[in-house]
Amino acid sequence: MTIDLKTVKHISKLSRISIDDEKAKKLSKDLNSIFKFIEKLNELDTKNVEPLSSIVQKNLKLRKDQIKSKNIREDILKNSPENNEDFFVVPKVVE
Amino acid sequence: MSNISDFKLFELVEKIKKKDLSSKEVTNAFIERSKKSKKLNSYITENFEDALIKAKQFDEKPDFNKKLPGIPLAVKDLFCTKNIRTTAGSKILENFIPTYESTVTENILNEGGIIIGKLNCDEFAMGSSNETSFFGNVQNPISENLVPGGSSGGSSSALAAKLTPATIGTDTGGSIRQPASFTGTVGLKPTYGSCSRYGIVAFASSLDQAGPMTQNVKDCALMLEVMSSYDDKDSTSVDFKRGPYLKDLNENIKGKKIGIPKQYRVDGMPKEIDELWTKGMKIIEDNGGEIVEINLPNTNYALPTYYIVAPAEASSNLARYDGVKYGFRSKGENLIDMYEKTRSEGFGDEVKRRIMIGTYVLSSGYYDAYYLKAQKVRRLIKNDFDEAYKKVDAILTPSTPSSAFKIGEKTNDPVSMYLNDIFTVPINLAGLPAISIPAGHDKAGYPLGLQVIGKAFDEQNILNIAYSIEKNINFKNNINDWWIN
Repeated sequence: MTIDLKTVKHISKLSRISIDDEKAKKLSKDLNSIFKFIEKLNELDTKNVEPLSSIVQKNLKLRKDQIKSKNIREDILKNSPENNEDFFVVPKVVE
Repeated sequence: MSNISDFKLFELVEKIKKKDLSSKEVTNAFIERSKKSKKLNSYITENFEDALIKAKQFDEKPDFNKKLPGIPLAVKDLFCTKNIRTTAGSKILENFIPTYESTVTENILNEGGIIIGKLNCDEFAMGSSNETSFFGNVQNPISENLVPGGSSGGSSSALAAKLTPATIGTDTGGSIRQPASFTGTVGLKPTYGSCSRYGIVAFASSLDQAGPMTQNVKDCALMLEVMSSYDDKDSTSVDFKRGPYLKDLNENIKGKKIGIPKQYRVDGMPKEIDELWTKGMKIIEDNGGEIVEINLPNTNYALPTYYIVAPAEASSNLARYDGVKYGFRSKGENLIDMYEKTRSEGFGDEVKRRIMIGTYVLSSGYYDAYYLKAQKVRRLIKNDFDEAYKKVDAILTPSTPSSAFKIGEKTNDPVSMYLNDIFTVPINLAGLPAISIPAGHDKAGYPLGLQVIGKAFDEQNILNIAYSIEKNINFKNNINDWWIN
């Protein structure tokens, strides 16, 4: 299969990364060579193979639902590009 | 030996404990050498002033029971360090100052370590040559204009140049072992679940592991002992008996069965690497080990599998960089426009490429064909190792298919860059521990490494095998300080 310009633009939309046409062309070339490499996997018959999503196969441990750190609002907001001391500020969402 | 920075980590620990040297003397020596080594571009952020204050504090109230008493260390800039800028080599985190400490660096601080700076790396650890860093290329101290490997390239460069007595990296597909191999140093990727991932900027969560990078195997055992801990802040941390790796370090490998996978003898591999591998086998036999040929039939499928699994996880992990909670923000006409511009301007090309691969393989209609398929092949790769470990105690391979290459040599072809990790990636997919140790040089005089792969949680065994090879191989790094005027 080939990844054409239209597909690249679609993926860029899904990834929330804007790209111009020139970059899109370059990306289409790179992605095609990468996917050609990836498609080697189709040589393998994996019909009855159980997928492996994590090496740690045990069920994740549960912990008590307790608050451990308090009064960290300032810490959390500290690195935000824009805030009003109580909240993160983003461009207007509702007209 | 007159220079403090020439001492090994374990020697510095002994000297500080015996009061032959103070923490301030040691810290100052590495800082002074770092200051003279700006040309290498190993550091992203220096923490020199603060480190000297900490060293003085240690000397005023020393605790010699610590494992790293007043020892200065520079660390990869992927570990969040409280109040010290942490960039992950990206513009998007250029001004990020964590308000918390990663568990691994916390462990280092608790054992008396002092952070002298944050080391360069490929952006979000995505790269094999440190050329994707927003903060520029890093020079390999072996030779000018040679890459130090990646993604822990600042770490390998600083370590080999003796700007830090030891360091730490992270390894998702080879990012500790490949740079160690390229710089003539030791690098260990522990078993998945050994070192906590809490506070490490996430790349591919099912593969990421932190590990030590050192001048020798003994230092490596010491660092692993400090770094590895069970941590309930990481849901994939595993509670198992750890170490004591240093105390139990010995070179006795009598009766050990070491597997040689024939699939690792790839086309076009330089003759020197093949010879080095044979030399490694001979050392093992001479020391009472047994060489056993093994079969890892799905080795060739590891890289394609990795280039689905890792970008898929990365695309999900990096969704958090939206210009709202932290990091760089670009102006946009509305919220979506702001997201798209922020991510377009904040991420570099390789990171964007991987986010897009990941988004594609996870997108509706392609999930089964790519992502699920890759997870199934990942199972086959793990099964190969499980099968092999019924017959052997560990596996010996080269660390990389070539020695370090020139800066710029592979940047135009992503697939040729990815092939660097052909011997290291399968180990991450299977979650196993592996160590790379320097074992020789190629024709150009560049270092080459051997990799010892172990069973899960069998770090002691690979450390001991590596220790035995190290003792017999007498590797010397040829570094002439060319970057210091």
